[in-house]
Amino acid sequence: MYCKPPAGVTSMSDVLAARSQMGMSLAFHIIFAVVGIGMPVLMVVAESRWHRTGDAIYLDLAKRWAKGTAILFAVGAVSGTVLSFELGLLWPEFMRFGGAIIGMPFSLEGFAFFTEAIFLGVYLYGWDRIAVGAHIAAGTIVAISGAASAVFVVIANAWMNTPRGFEMLHGRPVNVDPIAAMMTPAAFPQVLHMVLAAYAATGFAVAGIHAFLLLRDSRNAFHRRALSVALLVGAPAAIAQPFSGDISARYVARWQPAKLAAAEGQFRTERGAPLRVGGIPDEAARETRYALEIPRGLSLLAFHDPDAEVTGLEAFPESDWPPVRIVHVAFQIMVGLGTFMAIVALWAVIERWRRRQIAEDRWLLRAIAVAAPMGFICIEAGWTVTEVGRQPWIVYGIVRTADAVTPMPGLVVPFVVFTILYIFLGAIVVWLLSRHVLGSPRLTEPEREPAEGSAA
Amino acid sequence: MESLLTLPNVLAGLTMAALNAYVLFGGADFGGGVWDLLASGERREQQRELITHAIGPIWEANHVWLVLVVVLLFTCFPPVFATLSILLHIPLALMLIGIVLRGSAFTFRSYGSEHDAEQRRWGRLFAIASLLTPVLLGISIGAIASGGVGEAMRPEHARGASSFVELYVAPWLTPFSVGVGVLALALFAFLASVYLTVEAGDERLREDFRVRSLWAALAVFVVAFVVLIIALATETHVGPGLTRSAWAIPFHVATGVAALWAIWALWARRFRVARAAAAAQVTLILWGWVLGQYPYLIPPAVTIDAAAAPERTLNLTLWALALGAMVLFPSLAYLFRIFKGKPAAFERME
Repeated sequence: MYCKPPAGVTSMSDVLAARSQMGMSLAFHIIFAVVGIGMPVLMVVAESRWHRTGDAIYLDLAKRWAKGTAILFAVGAVSGTVLSFELGLLWPEFMRFGGAIIGMPFSLEGFAFFTEAIFLGVYLYGWDRIAVGAHIAAGTIVAISGAASAVFVVIANAWMNTPRGFEMLHGRPVNVDPIAAMMTPAAFPQVLHMVLAAYAATGFAVAGIHAFLLLRDSRNAFHRRALSVALLVGAPAAIAQPFSGDISARYVARWQPAKLAAAEGQFRTERGAPLRVGGIPDEAARETRYALEIPRGLSLLAFHDPDAEVTGLEAFPESDWPPVRIVHVAFQIMVGLGTFMAIVALWAVIERWRRRQIAEDRWLLRAIAVAAPMGFICIEAGWTVTEVGRQPWIVYGIVRTADAVTPMPGLVVPFVVFTILYIFLGAIVVWLLSRHVLGSPRLTEPEREPAEGSAA
Repeated sequence: MESLLTLPNVLAGLTMAALNAYVLFGGADFGGGVWDLLASGERREQQRELITHAIGPIWEANHVWLVLVVVLLFTCFPPVFATLSILLHIPLALMLIGIVLRGSAFTFRSYGSEHDAEQRRWGRLFAIASLLTPVLLGISIGAIASGGVGEAMRPEHARGASSFVELYVAPWLTPFSVGVGVLALALFAFLASVYLTVEAGDERLREDFRVRSLWAALAVFVVAFVVLIIALATETHVGPGLTRSAWAIPFHVATGVAALWAIWALWARRFRVARAAAAAQVTLILWGWVLGQYPYLIPPAVTIDAAAAPERTLNLTLWALALGAMVLFPSLAYLFRIFKGKPAAFERME
């Protein structure tokens, strides 16, 4: 008697509006989510150093970071809620199909989010109410549950790339196995890459801001300590990221060859495929122009064999191609900026290892300052590769994005409304943070201070 | 009884329990915003400060209950989540805007600005968003309870004969749904003011919220009565469920007793008793709705069993909930012990 709501005729512009809204919401939320993973680590390190050394500047640092984190976490929490609803508001058929299969990691993420929110409340409002040890422990729990949230959410996304844990029967999933759906080939590479990215991006953003301020005021003890804590978190992650990227690339080459081909602008299937640096793919002509080609580079990187065969886009019908140009350019941005961050991180580590004062190396400070926004740009670009590279599928190879969208017409309206809302919020957040970050305390390091070298 | 304790029923019950927790905790935070908007008299600023102080450390944790409801719904009853998302797109999207603005404005006010004028502006936005969000939540629940959503699922609509308004507006823009929206607002404000009587450190401030609680109790009574009249007068699916079942009458009696008990306790200045009674009253109203439409999740179209995910998913979700509860409840107890243990002393946060 009753059936599914109307399968109306959904126009392509509605699909595009829905994709734009989802993309915009994710792009907005990911920044705050990443800060929520990285900042607690920085705060806990700073507070522990204060606890250990009695150096009050570290306490000041932890408190100032906590203030910024409170603002960013709140926006992250509400924009994350928007996303959980948008899964249904924009992609109800996707959730009808996949809810029972990938609800599990979302349920676990729910509890991780709970723990994060509870202990962040304890941390932010509990400075004078609980003992220092308990306070640091609360911060540590925030850091752990923040990372756990990311793990679970990325596991759910990995399922969209490499769907497992069910069988298809007459177009519907049967024999659902939520555990198998969590252990997909994409899960480990994606989770590793994202968690490292969160630490690298947050660490470098904070380090970059303080490096910039040190360039103006090189003896400021506050910024020196901030830089050292931020690099401690950001630099190792940035150095590890290319290796994690290699794992990701090999998984994509094996399980999502069309995505790899788009990322690399590889139209032909060939042995000993070159690695293209830069370049602009021309889908109509089926070639990538103006790229610097490193012979056999792609085969080597993707399969660890210079003669391996790389599947090109020509192996797929054009209706199954992702938007090649967007994916390729985003991939180049991610790899390029990520490489720059890794080199700067290595530079900083070498300086520190040679017991030099990073705060006095003006060229290194400049490089770190330039790298400040790069981690976040890399994350946006990387998610563009993952998400746009999976198109035209919402569940790779099984459900098309256009078939998952809501039948409600006029989706451009919510897209515009939420975009305006997020631009407004983003502007406010930048304004509030800049006002409070740039008001730096005037704390000049004494002229001779040998102990500073031990601060790493 | 045995047949009631099926796996789908248990998970539907737990989903509703999460909604219940959201209403009791998150709902009261929205209610706090309402009292911020209605702050008046010579202690206006102290009232606002008490509200800020009460909400600050806990609103984000309280908010997660809503996320849990959504997650449980799409994991355990995917078709229900899909259908509600389609047909209630507009009120849910508006509710999300309210949620975003409430949380952001509250935080911007607490952390961002030192200037009074700026704080007032964020305070105003926080309060207005707190006012609209519960109404939209209530409208959505009213649209489900009344059968508006279920009726829009009839096959004649599926054949494409319906207009945009018939499908995406008519199911929720009804007198009954709007009534439930206003009722939700009144209940949340009632909860907030009763909680605040316990949390106020100052005697006169407590008295302010006691008076507000009594007015809110009256408002709840009037709105509930009007909603009941609408339910009986119009063709909704609520009337039969509310009156026919065997348990219905004792249930309504219990709700009424809790309501009167709360008013008595407020009158007698037994504030902790009033808090328990108010929470019981709101809980009973919520479960009156849930049990009234049993076994339907979307009356009269989708039952719990028809929408339930495969058994393996439900089983695992149950385990995840058990595991999660073992982490969640001690953590929540810790949070509330730290911040709700004794009346607020008005320390400004760092």
